[in-house]
Amino acid sequence: MDLLEHRGKSLFAGAGLPVLASRLALSPEEAQAAAGELGLPVVVKAQAKTGGRGKAGGIRVCATEVEVASATADILAMTIRGHGVSCVLVEEAVEIARELYLAISSSRAQRGPLLIFSAEGGVDIEEVARRHPAALVRTPVDPLLGLCDYQVRDVVAAAALDPELAGPDGTPAKQSLGGVVRSLWRLYRDSDATLCEINPLVITTFGEVVCLDSKVTIDDNALYRHAELKAESDAGAEDREARARKAGLAFVALDGDIGVLGNGAGLVMSIIDQIAAAGGSAADFCDLGGGARAEVVAAALDVILSTGTVSALLVSIFGGITRCDEVARGLVQVLGQSSVDVPVVVRLDGNAAFEGRAVLAEARLPGLTVAASAAEAVRLAVAAAASPAGPDTRRED
Amino acid sequence: MAILIDEHSRVLVQGITGREGALHAARMRAAGTDLVAGVSPGKGGQTVEGAPVFDAVAPAVAATGADVAVLFVPARFARDAMLEAADAGIRLVVCVTEGIPVRDMAEVTAHLSRRGCALVGPNGPGLITPRRCSAGIMPADVFAPGAVGLISRSGTLTYEVVHELTQAGIGQSTVVGMGGDPIHGVGFLECLELFEADDETEAVVLIGEIGGNDEERAAEYVREHVSRPVVAYIAGFGAPPGKRMGHAGAIVEGSSGTAAEKKAALEAAGIPVASAPADVVPLLQAQLETRRSS
Repeated sequence: MDLLEHRGKSLFAGAGLPVLASRLALSPEEAQAAAGELGLPVVVKAQAKTGGRGKAGGIRVCATEVEVASATADILAMTIRGHGVSCVLVEEAVEIARELYLAISSSRAQRGPLLIFSAEGGVDIEEVARRHPAALVRTPVDPLLGLCDYQVRDVVAAAALDPELAGPDGTPAKQSLGGVVRSLWRLYRDSDATLCEINPLVITTFGEVVCLDSKVTIDDNALYRHAELKAESDAGAEDREARARKAGLAFVALDGDIGVLGNGAGLVMSIIDQIAAAGGSAADFCDLGGGARAEVVAAALDVILSTGTVSALLVSIFGGITRCDEVARGLVQVLGQSSVDVPVVVRLDGNAAFEGRAVLAEARLPGLTVAASAAEAVRLAVAAAASPAGPDTRRED
Repeated sequence: MAILIDEHSRVLVQGITGREGALHAARMRAAGTDLVAGVSPGKGGQTVEGAPVFDAVAPAVAATGADVAVLFVPARFARDAMLEAADAGIRLVVCVTEGIPVRDMAEVTAHLSRRGCALVGPNGPGLITPRRCSAGIMPADVFAPGAVGLISRSGTLTYEVVHELTQAGIGQSTVVGMGGDPIHGVGFLECLELFEADDETEAVVLIGEIGGNDEERAAEYVREHVSRPVVAYIAGFGAPPGKRMGHAGAIVEGSSGTAAEKKAALEAAGIPVASAPADVVPLLQAQLETRRSS
């Protein structure tokens, strides 16, 4: 679950990380009122779950309330990398002396958290590694021991801050930076994050250390431990992928026109690849998982066909523990009752495949073809999609 | 010999009194597994599938000499069950459970490695040495004993490839499903090392998918350390970036973890990559023939 900047910052604030005063606004009027409360100038920032907001013009510094209103209207109308903008964050403006980068993310290779710090923010980390390795810290955090003091010292040393530099309250900047590293680690651990990124982490001209942006991803598998975040995740989800998730399916929409349904993530990915190799294009990734109850099959077909752009459907089942005849009965039940009007190609192999094919043959569903192998199923589905008026269709027009 | 498990493995099932636990305990036993004990807190004293049930792992290990634990435990209790198994002196933990939090897996893998306890999974089908031992949920009927080792990130895709192998008369030494989570136990590298040292294994099949760089690291390892012929299959060429394809770990992040990148790395290391699951068979046959005639 990716959090919007403002939600990430509210977690930051709760964890004692320094963030600027800000207000969330849904309209130009609200943004104007927020600017009045905060005091001008302010920065108006698009809230969208994507990078590249600055380059797209979604972050603007405004010196007057009129500018705030017009910038907000512009930004709310934007689509950034395919993401709509539902609200803006109106935030105090600060003068930046230096930009740094700090992140903790889950690393497959390390089998645990990896802390990354760069004394040069706003540039490619790999480039810093090549050009100026001393400015970079990349250190795995032991999941059982937690962040060690030496790792915090390594970050502060790499930042090479002026030892005399201090904020308005007299706190040395080096101390503030160390505090940010420790607080970010606690937040990462306690909120079951898989990513906590501050880019940029800035030193202001007044010697303060401030988190100017937040990028936080919470582990979906751990949401049960975070009731508040779970509620937000459930509330925001209304698309096809969310509907599929509720039915216990793994679903991803793709660009093509051949609907794909199978059991097992690897198997479904494999079928999608074979369709592409045969000159076709898959409309979705849909994994039934283990078992094959009719209502799950029905939910899957409903989600897959709901776009109206599917011109053929390929069902590929390899029965391991799952019995193919049970899947076949589920399909017959669903296809017999519903108004599926595209050609359907079914491939059954493995556990009880022979019985499963017999169930399908007996049902004599119009428009349904049973393929002898995965390769044949792919060939038939690609051919059916290419000629929607072919002999295997149920369309009457 | 096979790898990780064989007829000498003494298997304990955690969660044996649950529906899945009981079902798969019976299946494992039918597949030749020496099922010696079950564990379900509060259910000690019962018998399931001929195996005595204990309240905790340590007394079960003390009484039966179990050395392999297979877990059928819900995601939120899996961390504790794996830690308990490792602390009781279990040598190999097999976890089938899907949906375990990443933080839990980071803690578990760190603790198990300190205990010298190996882990297979989570979010995978476990492993099988055909006719001798099954630890997990693999359908034993699909497998046949033989000389090909197989390591995979995907369950049903494994069955699919093994089905093709068995149909073609190619048996398997051990088949390991490492699971689809980003943080998991043994992977390609560990299994390749074990297969290389195994007298019974003549060739190895790797089944990969998008996400991470396990396949790239495997390619490098094979180039430097493996003399056995290796062939591979990769799924997910059509996966869009940033989307999790069913498995938590199957995601193309930025431009890394793509199937094309993995295929290129494997081929650069001299490992042929099949274009469909069924094509693994001819590739493997060609490799084995070359090797036997040389």
